[in-house]
Amino acid sequence: MAQPRRLVQGNEAVAEGAITAGARFFAGYPITPSTEIAEALSARMPAVGGTFIQMEDEIASIAAVIGASLAGTKALTATSGPGFSLMQEMIGYATMTQVPCVIVDVMRGGPSTGLPTEPAQGDVMQARWGTHGEHSIIALVPSSVHECYTLTVDAFNLAEQFRTPVILLSDAMLGHMREAVALPDRDELRIAERVDPDIDPADYDTVGSTIDNILPRPALGSPYRVHVTGLVYDPISGAPATASPRVAGDLGGYLREKIYHHHGAITRVEDFMMEGAEVAIFAYGSVARAARAVVRWARQAGVPVGMVRPITLWPFPVEAVDHMAEQVRTVIVPEMNLKQIAWEVQAAVGGRAKVVDHGRVDGQLITPQEIAELVKKEFYYHRFD
Amino acid sequence: MTDERLIVGPPDDHEMPTVKTHTTAELRRYLRGGKSLWCPGCTNGIVTRALIDAVLSLEIDPEKVVVIAGIGCAGRITSYLEFSTVHTAHGRALAVATGAKLADPELQIVVVMGDGDCAAIGGNHLIHAARRNVDVTALVFNNSIYGMTGGQAGPTTRESDRSKTSPFGNPETAFDICELAWAAGSTYVARGTPYAYRKLVQLIAGGIAHQGFSTVEAVSDCPTYYGRMNTKLDAAGMLAAQKEQAVRVERFEPGTDGGRYPVGLLHHTERPRFVDVYAEVRKRAGWRPGADGDGDEREGR
Repeated sequence: MAQPRRLVQGNEAVAEGAITAGARFFAGYPITPSTEIAEALSARMPAVGGTFIQMEDEIASIAAVIGASLAGTKALTATSGPGFSLMQEMIGYATMTQVPCVIVDVMRGGPSTGLPTEPAQGDVMQARWGTHGEHSIIALVPSSVHECYTLTVDAFNLAEQFRTPVILLSDAMLGHMREAVALPDRDELRIAERVDPDIDPADYDTVGSTIDNILPRPALGSPYRVHVTGLVYDPISGAPATASPRVAGDLGGYLREKIYHHHGAITRVEDFMMEGAEVAIFAYGSVARAARAVVRWARQAGVPVGMVRPITLWPFPVEAVDHMAEQVRTVIVPEMNLKQIAWEVQAAVGGRAKVVDHGRVDGQLITPQEIAELVKKEFYYHRFD
Repeated sequence: MTDERLIVGPPDDHEMPTVKTHTTAELRRYLRGGKSLWCPGCTNGIVTRALIDAVLSLEIDPEKVVVIAGIGCAGRITSYLEFSTVHTAHGRALAVATGAKLADPELQIVVVMGDGDCAAIGGNHLIHAARRNVDVTALVFNNSIYGMTGGQAGPTTRESDRSKTSPFGNPETAFDICELAWAAGSTYVARGTPYAYRKLVQLIAGGIAHQGFSTVEAVSDCPTYYGRMNTKLDAAGMLAAQKEQAVRVERFEPGTDGGRYPVGLLHHTERPRFVDVYAEVRKRAGWRPGADGDGDEREGR
C-alpha cells in the first residue's frame, strides 16, 4: 500500500528510496545541495540496522561504499559537483571490478565551486565519461520528487542486476523542492536482491553465470574466495592478467556489452503528447517540468508539440531519438548546460530533423516562457518555409 | 627515522599472542601460486610469510580473513595470498576496508599498504581510520621509496637520501608512520623487521588480535632502488643493517639516532571500537534486530 500523501523534499525522497531498496550503508561528506540526503540517512540507516558514516572526503566515501558493497550490503553515497569529480577514479574502479553501488549527484553550477546553491545539469557528460578509460555506465535522471524515490529504487535494481555503479542525476532544484506525494511501499515495487553464485565455491569464477537476469556477486567472507583487482584481470581466477592483450580486449568488450547488449531493458523514455507532434522538446530532469507545461499550452492552442523525456540518460536512448527523428521536423533540446546532450541528440538524429539547442549556465531555471519562444519560432519559420 | 619527538613508554602489561612458525608446505595452502613480481632480495616476501604465520597462529577462520591492499609493490600481495583479497586504488585501501568492516563486523581485515600508499596519497584515510578506531589491522610495508614506479622519493624517504626524484638528496623531512598513527589515535602501534622474523609474526598477530585500529610497520628492504642509490648494500647487507639499526623499544633512547629506530610494541591502549560504538547508535535510533521483519538479524545487512 502506498504511504499517505505528504510533503516530501527531493533529497528526502532519495533517502527514503534507498531505504526501500534495501540499502543498509551510506558513506558521504557534507556538500550543498545534497547534504539533506546524508542528514536523513544519518537517522534512518541506524534505525533499520544499517550504517551511516561521514567520511573524511568524497574519495573515502565512494571507497567505503565499494567496501560495504563487496561485503554484501547495498550501499550508496550522495554528493554534488566537486565531490562527484573527486569520486571519479573510484567510480571507474567500481565499473572495472563490477561492484554494485549507487552514486547520487545533486547537480549544481560549476565548474569548480561554481554556484553551490543553484541548479545545473553540467555533470551529465561527467557522469558518462568522468572516469578514465573505456567503460560503460548507467545514469538515471528524475524530474519529480516521486521519481527521486522510485528511480533510487530502480538505480539499486540496475546496480544489482548488472553488477555496476549506477548514477542518479538530481539537481539543486529537484533536491530542495517539496511536492505532495504518496510514495509506494516496498511491496509495490520490484526490488532486485543480491544473489550468490549457484555454483560450488570450488568451481566459482569471478564473472560467473547469470541467475534470473542478475549477475551474482559473492560477498567477502563467504565460501567464495573473492579476488578483486582494478587491474585487467582473468575472468575465471580474478587474477591480474595485464600481459594478455586478448584478456584485456575481451574484458573491455564484456564490461561494455553487459550494459549495451541489454540497453533495451535499461533504457526508459517517456513520450508526452507525441501523437501527431511536428516539433519535439527533448528535455530531462527539472527542465522537463518546464517543457511539459509548454507542451500543454501548445496543445491547448492546437500547436502540435510533444516531449520526449529520457529517464535513463546513459546508455543514451538512441532508439527513442531515432524514432523521434523519423516523426518530427525539429527537436528542441533545452538544458542547464551548453549543448552537452544536444550534441548527443544531434548525432542520433543524423540530419533527419533540425536540432535546436538552448542552454543556460547562470544557475537559473529554464522557464516555460523561454521554451515557448523557441517553439513559436519553429512554427513561425515553418509558415514561411 | 625517529628523534626525541617519539613518546614511547615501555609497553604496558598487554599480553602478546603466542605464535608459531609453520612449514613451507603448511603456508603454501594460503598462497595462490604463480610468479611474484617482487625483485630478488626484496623483503616483502618475508613480511607476507609473517602475515600467514600470524593468521595461522591465531587460528582464525581463513574464510573470514580479508586482505585489502592499495597500489604499489606491497599492494601486489593480493595476487599472492589465497584469502579473499581486494586490490583497491592507490591510497584508498583503508577507506574501502572501513566500509567492508562496518558492513560485516565479522570480517578479519588486514590492510596492506606501502609507505607512499599509506602516508602520502592515503595519509588522510590513515589518520581518520585511526581516529575512528576502525577494527582493522594496517600492515605497512615501509621500504622508504616508491619501488613500483622505479625508485622515487616518498613520505618516509629520509632527508638527504637519494632517489630518482631527489638526485641531489631529499630536501624533505620524513614521516615516522608509527608516530603518525599513534598521534592520530591508533590503539595498537608496533614496528618489526624481517630480520627479527618471529617477533614480526608476533607483532602482526598482536595487531590482528587487537580490538581496534592497529598499525604494524614492517621495515622492508628495497635493494633494487633504495639500497643501490643510498646504502650501497646488497640484500644480505641491508638485512644485516636491520639488526644494527633496529633497537628494542625497552632499550631505545630517543635522540640517539644514527639511523636507529625502536622496534616492538610501541603503543597500546583500549578504546571502544567503532563497530561497537555504532551498535549503540543503532540502539539509540530504535533498531532491534529482526524488528523490521526482513528476517536478516545481522547488523549492517
